[in-house]
Amino acid sequence: MTPRYSLSSCLLTALLAVSPVYAQPAAAPEASKPIPPVQPVPSTVPGRPDIPNAEVAKQLSNVAPLPFGAPADQLPTPQLKLPKGFNIEVYASGIANARSLRIGDKGTVFVSNRLLDKVYAVVDRNGKREVKVIASGMDRPNGLVFDRGTLYIAEGTRISKLENIEDNLDNPPKPVVIYSDFLNHQSHGWKFMGLGPDNKLYVNVGAPCNICEPPETNGQLRRIDLDGSGAEVVVRGVRNSVGFDWHPVSKELYFTDNGRDWLSEDLPEDELNRVTKTGQHFGFPYCHQGNFTDREMGWGRSCDEFEKPVALLGPHAGVLGMRFYSGKMFPAKYRNAAFIARHGSWNRTKKIGGDIIVAYLNKDGSVKSWEPFLTGFLQNNAYIGRPVDVQVMKDGSLLVSDDHAGAIYRVTYGGGAKVAAR
Amino acid sequence: MRALARVIAAAALALTGVPLATGAEPISARLAPCLACHGEQGRSENPGVPSLGGQPEFYLTVQLLLFRDKLRVVELMNAVMQGFSNDDLRAMAASLAKLPPPPPAGGNADAARMEAGRTLAEQNRCNFCHTGNYHGERNVPRLAGQREDYLVKALREYKSNSRRGYDAAMADVLYQVSDEQILDLAYFLARRP
Repeated sequence: MTPRYSLSSCLLTALLAVSPVYAQPAAAPEASKPIPPVQPVPSTVPGRPDIPNAEVAKQLSNVAPLPFGAPADQLPTPQLKLPKGFNIEVYASGIANARSLRIGDKGTVFVSNRLLDKVYAVVDRNGKREVKVIASGMDRPNGLVFDRGTLYIAEGTRISKLENIEDNLDNPPKPVVIYSDFLNHQSHGWKFMGLGPDNKLYVNVGAPCNICEPPETNGQLRRIDLDGSGAEVVVRGVRNSVGFDWHPVSKELYFTDNGRDWLSEDLPEDELNRVTKTGQHFGFPYCHQGNFTDREMGWGRSCDEFEKPVALLGPHAGVLGMRFYSGKMFPAKYRNAAFIARHGSWNRTKKIGGDIIVAYLNKDGSVKSWEPFLTGFLQNNAYIGRPVDVQVMKDGSLLVSDDHAGAIYRVTYGGGAKVAAR
Repeated sequence: MRALARVIAAAALALTGVPLATGAEPISARLAPCLACHGEQGRSENPGVPSLGGQPEFYLTVQLLLFRDKLRVVELMNAVMQGFSNDDLRAMAASLAKLPPPPPAGGNADAARMEAGRTLAEQNRCNFCHTGNYHGERNVPRLAGQREDYLVKALREYKSNSRRGYDAAMADVLYQVSDEQILDLAYFLARRP
């Protein structure tokens, strides 16, 4: 499309340059005046946006989180909204870039970083919470799994473990690397990690780009034994999944996936996918949201070749952490429903997401519907917080991490729980 | 380049008596060794060392943090930033942000290369985040008038995934940019006012 403009302006320039020759033939030295420079509208390169309007473009740059965690009294708790009967409180604050959440057997809340280098432990002693750094100097340590006393940490290019960590929070051991067969790439290089019902570590290996043919080693979910051996591909065609969980009853794996950037304000939507068979392909980079082919990579392909998502969760919404709710505190309708964090779009002029949604499933495992659950992080088209992960606590309350303000919130239902100042 | 950096480091540290983070002295005294390399008027005269003039305060804060916590690895910068508190970083960034922007690289610019660089910058949408005049804002640095050698170095580091940004946007963009294009981009940006 763009070359047409270039061509026409080029032709126009040529005509303007040439026509005086007919009007005033042989006008001597002036005829050798330089042709005014052509100002072509630049065409885009693959994966880059085609937006001619600079004012619009200005609203599409990345959203930068605060470099230091905000103090508790500056957090936007009073502006956060929940369905009737639910309450929210600040569980911990001042944890810059708080990302993935996991809970230890003894109640320790583990918190990861993506942009920074630390892993934290939050310890609750009679309602007073202490935040300890248990690992630092790590490379985007976004993914966490806790299993039988050991914390597994997925960094950009390796997975390591801290054994017996809850007994050694004040004197943590050095992380021991168990697996490192990952390419080093900053783009989508951070990992989410979960423990499957088969007792294996599942980890995303994202596409090293916005849109491209990823290397064979990328654009997949992979699983690895707890000792780092036996790595195998679970599914392909995944752009970047930063959240997944297994259904409490069917044990099927559901994962969120972020759609490509710079395609259009409304396309593509981020996906919720369901794995029914190892080796399935979910479409990236050829097919988006199960129903249209990519404008650059999709030629010669059809969406019929790939698995379709079970739900579309909003364009550029940034779907990240998810957990099925198997707790007992919330009303019955939330039982086995999926809570999903939407980080909030950056690649959209009218921002969308910045909330926790809840997806209800049918008996056959398809998604019946989804609706917002925790909102208010998006105010006047700007973020005052950006939710990343959710984690159900033993008492059935729900933790929510926010990597913008560096905070963890706790959502409770009904009486007896502490109510946040509103 | 590395050797030169070490020499400059040694000189800077010798001038001030090593640890910069000693606490009591005024911010201008703390920043003197920084400016000895980066240029007192916002323009660096040292190859590979960026000019800091005209950089947004937020960007400076984040880079100081990344150096202190060794997320952006440059030995000298990692060493000199040890011991500073978050408040120190904020104060240093606020002060550095007042340095005047560096003047664009002088001399007769090659019009064809300027045009090639401008086109590449627009095709890759550098102007979306770095703003239309490449002066940057918030966490996005100013590129206009930056040292050409530093721009080449930074772009190559992003391309090879050896430099971490505050987010991964630069790695995304450079995935499809060639080294030849990096040279043209740097040529253009260094000469842009």
